[in-house]
Amino acid sequence: MKFGIVVFPGSNCDHDAYHATRHILGQDAEYLWHKDTDLKGADVLILPGGFSYGDYLRTGAIARFSPIMPAVQAFAAKGGPVLGICNGFQILLEAGLIPGAMLRNRTVKFVCAHVHIRVEQTDTPFTNSARKGQVLRIPIAHGEGNYFAAPEVLAKLEANRQVIFRYTTAQGDVTDEANPNGSIASIAGLCNEARNVVGMMPHPERASESALGSADGRVILESAVQSIKSGVLVARA
Amino acid sequence: MRARVFVTLKPSVFDPQGKTIADALHSLGYGGVEDVRQGKYFELDLATSEAAQAKKLAAEVADKLLANPIIESYRVEVE
Repeated sequence: MKFGIVVFPGSNCDHDAYHATRHILGQDAEYLWHKDTDLKGADVLILPGGFSYGDYLRTGAIARFSPIMPAVQAFAAKGGPVLGICNGFQILLEAGLIPGAMLRNRTVKFVCAHVHIRVEQTDTPFTNSARKGQVLRIPIAHGEGNYFAAPEVLAKLEANRQVIFRYTTAQGDVTDEANPNGSIASIAGLCNEARNVVGMMPHPERASESALGSADGRVILESAVQSIKSGVLVARA
Repeated sequence: MRARVFVTLKPSVFDPQGKTIADALHSLGYGGVEDVRQGKYFELDLATSEAAQAKKLAAEVADKLLANPIIESYRVEVE
């Protein structure tokens, strides 16, 4: 199977995503330049972290209009698995593929740290190999990860079980202290209504081998491989 | 014509930057500043000389790009 990794000007986790999928998981992987419109036969798309367009205006606000985005939207609409990591998540929000928006962290500081997140749902292409309630130790690195949604939108997200990851303590408890950025309902990751598009602020690709201090993020990328192998939610680009 | 677009966070949205600025002002002794909300300001130079058209165009680009309707609202002035 093949991962397509979209490269925007200012992406800086594209190589990490490539390394994790190609060298650690041993899968085919290819970069997709944001000015291209061809997804080159990718089975799974990753929108990596970074600072696309320098975070000008709002994080992800300009990248969402990149020439490749209509192809990404069409791929997602067909049920293709799309994972947005950090800035990739911010781009998915700006593109309207996932509801809500990001605000500046409540501390107004860029937070770079290993945090704990709890897997809330396993019926997505990026969590199918994880256990419900499993706590993963994965790094975050962002200044705008303070997730916001209006109360009625949040209620709908909860009712639809679209909250996929929450920030917790190492024991898996949701506490205010364990919330690194002020996100509403401690939300660290979400999916769309169809469940094939997942966005998350933590970086699973930076926690995919023990040499990096944690291999807990690997299960997220392995889930994508599993979902393609099992034939669920397949939409070849 | 020139259009001015003022983008502000909706009242229901917490503004961590505005709060930090307000705290700084308080520590500088400006207790009379009760709250601060930070926003964005854009000047658009437009090809049109018609005010109505300028306002319409500025609102269109504000809707499409300058403001995120989930968290922000905007106001347009033209001259």
